Amino acid sequence: MSANPEDVLKAGLNIESIRADFPILHQEVNGRMLAYLDNAASAQRPRQVIDAVSYYDSNDHANVHRGVHTLSQRATDAFEGARAKLRRFINAGSDKEIIWTRGTTEAINLVAQSWGRTHLGEGDEVLITWLEHHANIVPWQIVCEQTGARLVVTPMDDSGQIRLDEFERLLGPNTRMVALGHVSNALGTVNPVRDVIAMAKARGVPVLLDGAQAVPHMAVDVQDLDCDFYAFSGHKMFGPTGIGVLYGRESMLAEMPPWQGGGDMILAVSFDGTVYNELPWKFEAGTPNIAGAVGLGAAVDYLDGIGMSNIANREASLLAHATRVLEEVPGLRIIGTAPGKAAVISFILEGIHPHDIGTIVDHEGIAVRTGHHCAMPVMEYFGVPATARASFAFYNTEEEADRLAEALLKVREMFA
Amino acid sequence: MDLKNLYRDVIVDHNRSPRNFRQIEPPRREADGFNPLCGDKLHVYLRVSDDRIEDAAFEGSGCAISVASASMMTEFLKGKTEAEALDLFERMHELLTGEEADLNELASLGKLAALSGVRQYPSRVKCASLCWHTMKSALSGGDAVSTE
Repeated sequence: MSANPEDVLKAGLNIESIRADFPILHQEVNGRMLAYLDNAASAQRPRQVIDAVSYYDSNDHANVHRGVHTLSQRATDAFEGARAKLRRFINAGSDKEIIWTRGTTEAINLVAQSWGRTHLGEGDEVLITWLEHHANIVPWQIVCEQTGARLVVTPMDDSGQIRLDEFERLLGPNTRMVALGHVSNALGTVNPVRDVIAMAKARGVPVLLDGAQAVPHMAVDVQDLDCDFYAFSGHKMFGPTGIGVLYGRESMLAEMPPWQGGGDMILAVSFDGTVYNELPWKFEAGTPNIAGAVGLGAAVDYLDGIGMSNIANREASLLAHATRVLEEVPGLRIIGTAPGKAAVISFILEGIHPHDIGTIVDHEGIAVRTGHHCAMPVMEYFGVPATARASFAFYNTEEEADRLAEALLKVREMFA
Repeated sequence: MDLKNLYRDVIVDHNRSPRNFRQIEPPRREADGFNPLCGDKLHVYLRVSDDRIEDAAFEGSGCAISVASASMMTEFLKGKTEAEALDLFERMHELLTGEEADLNELASLGKLAALSGVRQYPSRVKCASLCWHTMKSALSGGDAVSTE
């Protein structure tokens, strides 16, 4: 490669060789090189993940925890080995605290149903925030309806930050659970989770963090955070879809009842009663997404190889650059201007609907998300039906941000 | 694909200056239409007298395709009978999702033919069809419709 070394080495990362790991990025869309800026919806997978899944499918697949035969043992080793990788990645205390789920949504539903239905009652409150993804709103609404508990919402300010003073006020004697996003998917705001957890702990209230948008972009240490539950998805962190993790503090998980019943979650079944399996399998009924877990383990290896602090630095400089060039587009307003943000830029263009923006920039090969981003209350707060959202990963480049800004000028021309 | 095939001048114009963007005082027929995917919301008003649409109007917010489609629809509907309006609904459905329309059909649709480019953008068909579903609902009693 004869590229300018300055362009190649960004924040200590060799972006060109990283991009070479992602086959999907090397294609043209509508006659232009693809600029994939929709990572907050789903990130792309490096060939290391694709190969790990393919190797497992081609060589090792059988059902896990079942057979004495060799393949079943290999599959079990790969599956449980991946669990250990995930445990190390978020620094959980034990593999028992890593529950495989389909994703963040299922992980939150698991807590809302298993923990919520046994701990919530009339007059109790679940405290969330205005910034939540629907996946951290609706499961709580459902369990509130089932138990008579009440959903309480912490307001936010015009920059898209939650109001800590309001949170402290709303955290009352009836609060039984605090649930909030670590990083907002719609705006990119990094929430002050340490402060929130400290306040909740002082009152003995457990905290669930929706980490779907945090885990791909920053080092997460659940013991250091001292949260009780942490939910995240494989496909947002360069792994497969249909696999995710619920971290739960062992003491909490141990006293929670199973959520779904079936195979793998039992030790003994008779018609008089059933003895449930130990953690973590108590919460893993049925044959799991084994290949997905293997792929997610490979994604974690890949991220470890680059280093989460390198990734965070790289994305911070991408965010700064992209913010600067987008702010120069006339009529563009960034929604969500918190000082602490992940590399997510939600924006609107005066007089132009985000859906039209999405179609026109797609013509330039640029993929952005348009819509309400599964966070309709956030849109309502800012008085917009939808936004366009560019979300970056470490494999994105400054040039891609520049191309987006240029494409937005074309959008304006078209509607001038 | 040329973007100008989607965003034709007449569409850009109707988006910038929507026609009949207002309410109609009762007696009227009306319905809400939502596209939850993109947040589009339309409210369509019709005044029907002796089986003929005397006035048509709409309010709401949406992308250029959905606003232009609604604006052109209200212009086209005035003076049509209910049966003609329902027939137009079917023809628009065909224009947006079916095989390429022949020149006679395009000519008879007038300005509405400008929406024929939407067919090449499957993710945008619902934008163009929202107002038509809403109009059909208004004619038949007014339940809210959703294009999801």
